[in-house]
Amino acid sequence: MINVYDILETIRMIQDECLDIRTITMGISLLDCIDSDIDVACKKVYEKITRCAKNLVKIGEDIEKEYGIPIINKRISVTPIAIISAACGCSPVKFAVAMDKAAEAVGVNLIGGYSALVQKGFSAGDRELIESIPEALACTNRVCSSVNIGSTKTGINLDACKIMGRIVKEAAEKTVDNNCFGAAKLVVFCNAVEDNPFMAGAFHGVGEPDCIINVGVSGPGVVRAALAKYPDADINEICNIIKKTSYKITRVGQLVGVTASERLGVPFGIVDLSLAPTPAVGDSVAHILEEIGLEQCGTHGTTATLALLNDAVKKGGVMACSSIGGLSGAFIPVSEDAGMIDAAKSGCLLIEKLEAMTAVCSVGLDMIVVPGDIPNDTISAIIADEAAIGMVNNKTTAVRIIPAIGKQEGEELDWGGLFGCGPVMKINYKSASKFINRGGQIPAPLHSLKN
Amino acid sequence: MKAVVSVIGKDNVGILAKVANICSEYNGNVTEVTQSVLDDVFAMIMLVDITKLNKPLSELSDSMTKLGKDLGLSIHVMHEDIFNSMHRI
Repeated sequence: MINVYDILETIRMIQDECLDIRTITMGISLLDCIDSDIDVACKKVYEKITRCAKNLVKIGEDIEKEYGIPIINKRISVTPIAIISAACGCSPVKFAVAMDKAAEAVGVNLIGGYSALVQKGFSAGDRELIESIPEALACTNRVCSSVNIGSTKTGINLDACKIMGRIVKEAAEKTVDNNCFGAAKLVVFCNAVEDNPFMAGAFHGVGEPDCIINVGVSGPGVVRAALAKYPDADINEICNIIKKTSYKITRVGQLVGVTASERLGVPFGIVDLSLAPTPAVGDSVAHILEEIGLEQCGTHGTTATLALLNDAVKKGGVMACSSIGGLSGAFIPVSEDAGMIDAAKSGCLLIEKLEAMTAVCSVGLDMIVVPGDIPNDTISAIIADEAAIGMVNNKTTAVRIIPAIGKQEGEELDWGGLFGCGPVMKINYKSASKFINRGGQIPAPLHSLKN
Repeated sequence: MKAVVSVIGKDNVGILAKVANICSEYNGNVTEVTQSVLDDVFAMIMLVDITKLNKPLSELSDSMTKLGKDLGLSIHVMHEDIFNSMHRI
């Protein structure tokens, strides 16, 4: 028998504390769409995506109504396009257009997978794809792009780091009329995962089944509200409260994922255990850290509190679902988190601290706005730093920074909606050009003698 | 299979009747009701057997949401599985 207290708790979580399913993402393999004629290949891509995902949005909406829980995004990830386009031998922008049209036809708001995996070097199709990213992001609305430039097993491709510095800048320049939004749809990874349901970095790995459903949950507001009830709890109790809350949140993710996969006739993949914030009031990861006891996110103690939060979320969630995957780490996107925005505006949160935070848990330097005059090599160096943290610590790290063309520190970029607004953050202008221009491959790290 | 219908808002004449009426329209069998009025605030939780529903649960949910809007109440329909998942190991 369900008791009234449980019912009211669930309703309160959804109504007042912003509990939601952040995304149901359908992963679709495009390997059977490869063709040497790019127009034929694009036609196959469009047909396969629209065929597999034709009921995705409708079924997502039905589940929302039946369980009374909002499912914010329905999205699609596809096989990295560089693999598909390699056989065509020309610029793969047409694939981006086909993906965009297919996404529009089935009603999803973003589609990921305009990607290349170059952690150890470039194969056929990779360079063409990377060079075409700025144009692809500028001429489409829904397409997201990612490039994996390093991994723990291969080291870091410094040549790719150098190129990506320029590509990030060009992506912003080509979309300057749209608040440089192109760069917000481009992620540079180290240790990219193949089953990530979250955008902009989602792609469908080649080791995955033909079609699969992955789910990303959210719920920073629920965690914060649960902690607020225990202002004097010691840190072990805090961890326990987070674990219990995370368990409940993840159970909903599992339920929605299993239901969606049954109805779509597609296998269920993973639940991504991440606390994904939004700019909405009461949906902030930074506010959880502040609830634990920081005056403001970004001050000393931020790294430790984030580490314990992330660990407790995983410990609670791990028992609640059949399979965990994706990024599974607290997200700290600056522009998408009300607490982060405030901390960055007040100068309490700096890029250096964000970098330290990514070392203990979170996914990376995410949605950070930097001055438009940032040198390309400095972007490359930021990417290399972040990739090094991922490589050495055996974890996924990512960089999604947006050069605000024509803007300086103190100004801001405002996209509205889930992407939020971000103040232009201070960067270090001392050059790293010589390092970046040496090129080559940073060797994979030793995994003994750890210190 | 059951659904939980929760109603919260300002008390008025006939709330229970109108909600129950929609349930019967969809052939949902009301199996349990807890209801209270505190300080003019009406709160009701209704358990409805939905195994013999004549239309999809999502449509029942739409009708309830519409009724809630018309009456100025917050009405939610949720499948019992969400509570069982969240609160039972």
